[in-house]
Amino acid sequence: MPPEERSSEAFDETEEVFANNLDSTTNGHLPVNEKVFEPEVEYDETFEDPPFLSIMSAYLCLFLLVMFGHIRDLLRSWGFDKTMDTSEFGNKGFVPLYNDFEAFYTRNVYQRVLHYWCHPLAGVPGANIEIWDRKFGSFNENIRLQDTKRNYLNIGSYNYLGFAENNGRCSEETIKEIRSRLGTTTASPRSELGTLKIHEELENLIAGFLGKDACLVFGMGFATNSMNIAALVDDGCLLISDELNHASLILGARLSGAKIKVFRHNNMKHLEKILKTSIVEGQPRTRRPWKKILIVVEGIYSMEGTSCNLPKIVELKKKYKAYLYVDEAHSVGAMGKTGRGICEHYGVDPADIDILMGTFSKSFGAAGGYIASNKDIVAHLRKESHAQVYSSAMSPPVARQILASTEAIMGVDGSGEGQRRIRQLKENTRFFRTELQKRGYILYGELDSPVVPLLICSIARLCAFAKTSLANGLAPVVVGFPATPILGARARFCLSASHTREQLQWLIDLMERCEPVLGLKLSSRHKQKANS
Amino acid sequence: MDGSDYSWAAKAGDVFHSYYEIPFYHLIVELALVLFIIKILMSKSTGSPGDETPLTEKEMQKLIAEWTPEPLVPAGAADTEPPVPVITSKVGKYVTVNGKECLNLATMNFLGMIGKEEIEDAAVASVQKYGVGSCGPRGFYGTIDVHLLLEEKLAKYMECEEAIIYSYGFATVASAIPAYSKRGDIIFCDKEVCYAIQKGILASRSTVFYYNHNDLDHLVELLEKQAVEDRKNPKKARVTNRFLVTEGLFVNTGQITNLPRLIELKQKYKFRIFLDESYSFGVLGECGRGLTEYYNVDRRNVDMIVGSMEFSLGSVGGFACGSSFVIRHQRLAGQGYVFSASLPPLHASMVIKAMDYFDKDLFSKLINNCKIAHEALEAIDTITVTADPLSPMKHIRLIENNSEEALREICNLARDNNLAITVASYTSTEIFKKEPSIRLTVNTELTEEEICSSVKLIEEVIHQYTSPSQDISEDS
Repeated sequence: MPPEERSSEAFDETEEVFANNLDSTTNGHLPVNEKVFEPEVEYDETFEDPPFLSIMSAYLCLFLLVMFGHIRDLLRSWGFDKTMDTSEFGNKGFVPLYNDFEAFYTRNVYQRVLHYWCHPLAGVPGANIEIWDRKFGSFNENIRLQDTKRNYLNIGSYNYLGFAENNGRCSEETIKEIRSRLGTTTASPRSELGTLKIHEELENLIAGFLGKDACLVFGMGFATNSMNIAALVDDGCLLISDELNHASLILGARLSGAKIKVFRHNNMKHLEKILKTSIVEGQPRTRRPWKKILIVVEGIYSMEGTSCNLPKIVELKKKYKAYLYVDEAHSVGAMGKTGRGICEHYGVDPADIDILMGTFSKSFGAAGGYIASNKDIVAHLRKESHAQVYSSAMSPPVARQILASTEAIMGVDGSGEGQRRIRQLKENTRFFRTELQKRGYILYGELDSPVVPLLICSIARLCAFAKTSLANGLAPVVVGFPATPILGARARFCLSASHTREQLQWLIDLMERCEPVLGLKLSSRHKQKANS
Repeated sequence: MDGSDYSWAAKAGDVFHSYYEIPFYHLIVELALVLFIIKILMSKSTGSPGDETPLTEKEMQKLIAEWTPEPLVPAGAADTEPPVPVITSKVGKYVTVNGKECLNLATMNFLGMIGKEEIEDAAVASVQKYGVGSCGPRGFYGTIDVHLLLEEKLAKYMECEEAIIYSYGFATVASAIPAYSKRGDIIFCDKEVCYAIQKGILASRSTVFYYNHNDLDHLVELLEKQAVEDRKNPKKARVTNRFLVTEGLFVNTGQITNLPRLIELKQKYKFRIFLDESYSFGVLGECGRGLTEYYNVDRRNVDMIVGSMEFSLGSVGGFACGSSFVIRHQRLAGQGYVFSASLPPLHASMVIKAMDYFDKDLFSKLINNCKIAHEALEAIDTITVTADPLSPMKHIRLIENNSEEALREICNLARDNNLAITVASYTSTEIFKKEPSIRLTVNTELTEEEICSSVKLIEEVIHQYTSPSQDISEDS
């Protein structure tokens, strides 16, 4: 979006609509207030399509893969080829458990490349990791762990601020927690006998950190999304979701029973159109007005590296009186000058966002999730959230790790370590992104996003990339269909504050060395620039 | 783009070619048809302008301005929040609730694993080696060697081909069900199943038939009804998967499922059985292997067993085990497994250590304590006890005027007398409404005297709560 569109005029317009509205506060909205954070950047994001030849080769390779799969299935059915399928005990005459396509894909595609995933680590998932060697059968069956391990540069873990570590203040505090204070677990949900003092301490700290009135913590990040949306919207409500939202948000939306509409990824025009027509048309069939409308977006999309256009979304939310739920799983800690996430990054007042959700398994090096909001919403969730009532509370050692890392990020511990890490992450991200872009790779996402997807396009090339990287001591994440669109096969680099400049330079050099074989520089935009 | 252009051209060529070959009268008929269609189209466009004139921008703005949404949550929720007791100690045999040290008969620490020093040692060693978080899902550098070790150990203990671990107990069964059961499939399920199963079924979008609690005759009725449907539409029946989902030991009622009868029915009606043993793993059976061991049936007859590591194992997370054919599928399709950060290694290490304590004496001690508590509770004449004698969870309800407020008050009175008990908590979205109850939990660490004196205390407290009202009624 061009910057001039986001001037004060846009906000004035919203106010006008507000003036029409009888009571602008019924919606939990606050009037447009002074900026709490100074915006760091204007919204800017680009996607570049791969060149025609790459697209063709990607289709060709998929076609060959499927064809070979069918040929092998045929050979298997005639008994010429070895079958790797496991079988059920008994259950004769039952309906087959799996549908044909699923089974075909697992047998003929996933089974052939599964050694690029699920590497068993032998220690901390820090900047360097040790991975146990594995031995595979000729059909990738019968995986056996060896007793040798090798060292890799870890560019795959969501360890943005480098708090995944086994020494330092955080782990010392955690150990102290286990030893002398609240033990290891509760075996009771929060609403029974599972609310420990440390939970209250943590909730107060996180609420203060994010600039919200109240906060609620949960034992699992995925469940924070999937089990709380149902307590907010139900039948007769509309939930508008970005098409690339995480599986947990989709599941939560589905469990809520609300009507779901999907807008194209980060397409604000489409979002506005849906908002407008939905309010005008009301509920399908009954034509009653919607009870409420909830927009659900993510701060940073984990597979795209893109961030949501928060200023514009807030503007739309106010204009159409919708509520806003922002999942900050990947952005909290990693974005913003002081690690307060996407709001700080775009200079949006956290009060304008009804529900701020995030997880502790990434930047905080722990596990679990939180929901920060106003007092009423948190109190309601405390009573009605499934995660509070039916599943056991967050364990004290995990809570202590989060407390210690948050204190570091906020600078409460006095070491200045948190601030240093946030700066380091930002430097690493900008360096890495600009260097790769300069060299002609297609990257997704904006300049400050520590999730850096590198478009590879074809599955075959993806596997070649994974193979070369692992052979050279680099551990990246590679993702292909069905987790991405067919042409969207990509490698994903997750930068961390614990990476040094030398390590990143080494990685860039490695890619440069492998370029003649892999041919990953797909960007035509860069070539044009070089020519002109 | 080019490809589609080509195909259009080819099609046009074919059409032309076919016109070349057909007789002339055919062309006339077709021409007449085309004219007729054009006439219809024209007449519609000149029809009267009805209600379907699109709204003007101004009208739309007015509608938008008029629309007032409901508040996101009911206003004033913060004022009506019930106070939740806060705990300031370890939640072991004793627990400090709101500053008062109590004997703990409220949490599901069945085998007393919480607070065991060696398990804490294992957790500390794990933090020193792996840190706290795993910082990734299992597929993307979130698999730690202890996860594999634990999966192997669980599979071996349960005598199954494969086990899979999840990072959250609730998410285990809630992810496992929709991994197999899809839209159009049929699930038969007990009415009193725990909330996680209800959510799993909802997520699967399958058709669900609930049968009355532990009433397998009702189940047979439903199965027969379905069999009649199937005979009517055999084509659909051939692609419709059938599942039976139930709990081994029901957390909401403390009852035990009649597994042998279910297995009989399974062969007759051809459904797969998913058994949630979250509360029976480490409780029932000589070696704590759960219901299959308790009834001594072949474990392979149950297609998947789901267990929790949060209760008898005193850690966090859950697991599912069974044949590789079934379980392996979850590594790609179990949402809570694929899309969530993996279990923090310290919790995995704790389970590995806790499993070393599994011992026949420990399980017989637990069952013995359950029986003692059951007998003692049955003797109180002002309450009903809902539970199997072997269940460590006993649901207590007042015979007269049973209400949540009354039960909460009784719990508070018990807490004043250094006994921690709790009302079973439910949300308002349970499919079948639950009668409020106190869920008393028995564990191995309690002695016979402690159980008996606790039960006696509960009786006194109930008496204390009910007697003032009795006095009033006598006066009037």
